[in-house]
Amino acid sequence: MKFQLLAAGLFAATGASAQDAPVVTVYTYDSFVTEWGPGPAIEAAFEAECACELRFVGAGDGAALLARLRLEGERTEADVVLGLDTNLTAAAADTGLFAPHGLDPELDLPVEWEDDIFLPFDWSYFAFVHRNELNPPESFRELAESDVSVLIQDPRSSTPGLGLLLWVEAAYGDEAGAFWSALADNIVTVTAGWSEAYNLFLEGEADMVLSYTTSPAYHAIAEEDDGFAAAAFEEGHYLQIEVGGIVASTDQPELARDFLAFMLSDAAQSVIPTTNWMYPAVVPQDGLPEGFGDLIQPDRALLYPPDEAAAAREAALDEWLLALSR
Amino acid sequence: MLTFDRVEVRLGDFELVADLGVERGARVAVIGPSGAGKSTLLQAVAGFIDLTSGQIEWRRQRIDGLAPGVRPVSVVFQDQNLFPHLTAFQNVALGVDPRLRLSEVQRANVERALDRVGLGGLGERKPAHLSGGQQGRVGLARVLLRRQPILLLDEPFSALGPALKVEMLDLVSEVATETGATVLMVTHDPDDARRFAPQTVLVANGVAHPPQNTTDLLRNPPAALRTYLG
Amino acid sequence: MSRTALPGVAAATLVAALVAATLVAVALRAEAAAQFGPADWAAIRFTVLQAVLSAVLSVGLAIPVARALARRRFPGRRLLITLLGAPFVLPVIVAILGLLAVFGQNGLVNAALAGIGLPGIRIYGLTGVVLAHVFFNLPLAVRLILQGWVGIPAERFRLAASLGFGPSDVARLLERPMLREVVPGALLVVFLLCTTSFAVALTLGGGPRATTIELAIYQAFRFDFDLGRAALLGLAQVALTATAALVALRSAVPAAFGAGLGAPVARWDARTPLLRVQDTILVALAAAFLLTPLLLVVTRGAAGIVTLPASVWLAAGRSVAVALGSTALMLILALSIAAATLRLGRTPARLIEASGYLAVAVSPMVLGTGLFLLLFPVAGPADLALPVTMLVNAVMSLPFALRALVPALAEIERSYGRLASSLDMHGQARLRHLWLPRLRRPLGFAAGLAAALSMGDLGVVALFADPEHATLPLKLYDLMGAYRSDAAAAAAVLLLALSLGAFWIFDRGGRIDADL
Repeated sequence: MKFQLLAAGLFAATGASAQDAPVVTVYTYDSFVTEWGPGPAIEAAFEAECACELRFVGAGDGAALLARLRLEGERTEADVVLGLDTNLTAAAADTGLFAPHGLDPELDLPVEWEDDIFLPFDWSYFAFVHRNELNPPESFRELAESDVSVLIQDPRSSTPGLGLLLWVEAAYGDEAGAFWSALADNIVTVTAGWSEAYNLFLEGEADMVLSYTTSPAYHAIAEEDDGFAAAAFEEGHYLQIEVGGIVASTDQPELARDFLAFMLSDAAQSVIPTTNWMYPAVVPQDGLPEGFGDLIQPDRALLYPPDEAAAAREAALDEWLLALSR
Repeated sequence: MLTFDRVEVRLGDFELVADLGVERGARVAVIGPSGAGKSTLLQAVAGFIDLTSGQIEWRRQRIDGLAPGVRPVSVVFQDQNLFPHLTAFQNVALGVDPRLRLSEVQRANVERALDRVGLGGLGERKPAHLSGGQQGRVGLARVLLRRQPILLLDEPFSALGPALKVEMLDLVSEVATETGATVLMVTHDPDDARRFAPQTVLVANGVAHPPQNTTDLLRNPPAALRTYLG
Repeated sequence: MSRTALPGVAAATLVAALVAATLVAVALRAEAAAQFGPADWAAIRFTVLQAVLSAVLSVGLAIPVARALARRRFPGRRLLITLLGAPFVLPVIVAILGLLAVFGQNGLVNAALAGIGLPGIRIYGLTGVVLAHVFFNLPLAVRLILQGWVGIPAERFRLAASLGFGPSDVARLLERPMLREVVPGALLVVFLLCTTSFAVALTLGGGPRATTIELAIYQAFRFDFDLGRAALLGLAQVALTATAALVALRSAVPAAFGAGLGAPVARWDARTPLLRVQDTILVALAAAFLLTPLLLVVTRGAAGIVTLPASVWLAAGRSVAVALGSTALMLILALSIAAATLRLGRTPARLIEASGYLAVAVSPMVLGTGLFLLLFPVAGPADLALPVTMLVNAVMSLPFALRALVPALAEIERSYGRLASSLDMHGQARLRHLWLPRLRRPLGFAAGLAAALSMGDLGVVALFADPEHATLPLKLYDLMGAYRSDAAAAAAVLLLALSLGAFWIFDRGGRIDADL
């Protein structure tokens, strides 16, 4: 205990807050919490109205988040987990570590949402991002036949990688394996996570990178650079819906629910677009920021329901491994 | 009296036996062919080699089995008698306190020892900035200061020129006289033995013989020594 | 005597326990018995293949470069040797970006090829993985082998000259015996370093063909949450390392590589114009291969350093603190173990030295997760992030320190042990007045290596730290993850400067004013 205090004193320098204010601990992915993410603004806004202390704990990326929670089990300090996506929620629900949220908000999603454990807070479509100089392919099929080079992420280590796997599966079903074989020669490399791939793309290593339809908004708004676009694919685009859930072992069930509800409030939702560079789950009163209007709008939204996503994953992964290992 | 009581040292194929005594205050040369075990004899006294059997006594007290640092012994090696990273003063001061924490009186004693060997004012120099003769003197200043009753010299000063070596051996004599030490000196050179040591221990064929009169031994050497002396 | 061995035995036990306990902690949390699938076997095969290729190439190329450096004098030789060590102390992602600036699709090489109308090269795949590993490990191999050359006494070369030896005679009679002694150890070190490779293999591997054991472990943790499989894979990695270590240590062990760079020996056999040109070209090529990527990293990011946000500088401060802490810890562990090897018999000495090398074998992912499982019931992970990172980094750099310290200390004891013993110098006195002053060079080198490696490490801290306690490499990733690639490039330069700076200061501190 002494050591813990010492360590905290030496390294953490966490501001001591009002002693008796209850603490809500939220596990989320790292980029949510950094000074460039939505974390700081959301923390300030929620603390202003909750008479509590909100503590974000960054735990790697979305997949690491769930692993972390499973490692900690019921002893976890987390009251809320924020940042799983629908490809992970089935596994997350199976752990029995989450409790129903009991909320029924109005959502602006391209799909119906019915899940009594997890609530969305933002979403976007997976898409291949390119510079404007490129005349992009208009479908997966066209991409595979072209000599356009792409960077993708590994579905075994990153959530976008897993998203692409299910995207192809949803679009091609039984022919997914054949499609991957055809795509193999377009793939420059497969990275561990989104960051590596996107940075390699920015350094000019490939024509396109797997990212989101909302990615060009960052360049347009933050860098005032209109030179980036996402390619619209005829097969439709797979959705990534990021959700939060209440941890069953929480000692602050009410505050946890308040926070989940707050995530859908105007205060939180208006922060999301220009910090997380995703669509808010509820469109704020003032509408979306300007740069978001120019983004492509897919005609078809693809999404496996959580349990089907979990079931499809294993077979799809084997196909992917087989096709790309040759 | 320094007594080797049926001492036996075995190291692989090599073997040395010694059953002899050296009078207190004696100066004894140790000579013999290369590889016969001259250094081994000294190392057994200094504590760098364990005895296979037998025992070594100083004034009727067993000393084999003691750690080298607590034996009543000072050693002057063939080379590397000084730590190159320490000053002359520190090298001498180690003889007083291995942790180099010296009182004022002790510091003055170190200075006096350096003066005594003719190195007054050179205490701050490191060995690299001293001549070969001066380096030898630093080692002897330490011997002087430690005042151990047994002094072991293993082919000392063999890197120095003849004139310088004579000078250093004379200094050893003076030091030994001042401290009253019993001296064992390994040497290759019969002249060193004649000049320095009234008595000589011959080490040959795995046996260290009891001390004999040096002049007699060299005038009338046994076969093993004759071949060696040529 | 045995009192001196005690801290070393304790240190070795700590390291071994850390490795074993983390493996067991992970295995115990497993929900089902684990089994290797075909994909796991493929991962093991690829791991061995790329590690063998990387080791053979790194060492094979290092031999002529080390020879050239050993027998030539030129202005800036020492500086060049220090700089050539830079890739080894570089954070992986920084090095990869640097390599891609040279060999990537848009890199210098492809630009040059396109300029003269030739088709471009594609480095992704096994080529890229091996290229990156050679980039990282060539400097280490050069330094190891250079030490062997410098260790050949100058008299032998004089003797060779007086007997009229030509270059081939020198090679046969002097150099090859030395190489037989040094090369197996160098091969082993590089092989081991490449077996736990993760980011390199994944980013440059080009696809799932290039799956290493470490990636399989990563997947087992992250998506499958199959702790049994992770532990089994971790065990496979340890077994692989142990086998390689046995094979290599049977053949030979290299001498201290921290014992200074030595002045080049006058070489009468190498004075032919042809050899002169050959050596010049070799040194120039090695310098170009190793330094160009670094130069490009610097030019890409240098301008952005002034605009880096305060949080990045704070993270840099944290990284420096972690580096200093783990360096101090590493020195204590390494000195204790080295001291104990002197005092113990041959077999126990080997054993505790070997346990010091264990850390190379263990998967950082398993180590981190195991520690997490062990510590979570006791304390909050974020509170322990930095102490744990210090400990793990200290243990990770221990093998290099032992490589440098154990032989050097043995040499010191050979030369001065008796004198010290006859003067009753033991314990503190021996440490302060004999070991520390005479070990300055290898200590400086080992400390520099530890500080630099710890500065750039991202392995374990990632699992424990949250962004409020981020170190500089984590912050770099945060910047990349927030689309801010320019700021990330600037942070990379800062990281490079800190790593190299730490290495240089310690290494140099061990040299200046170090009397022989």
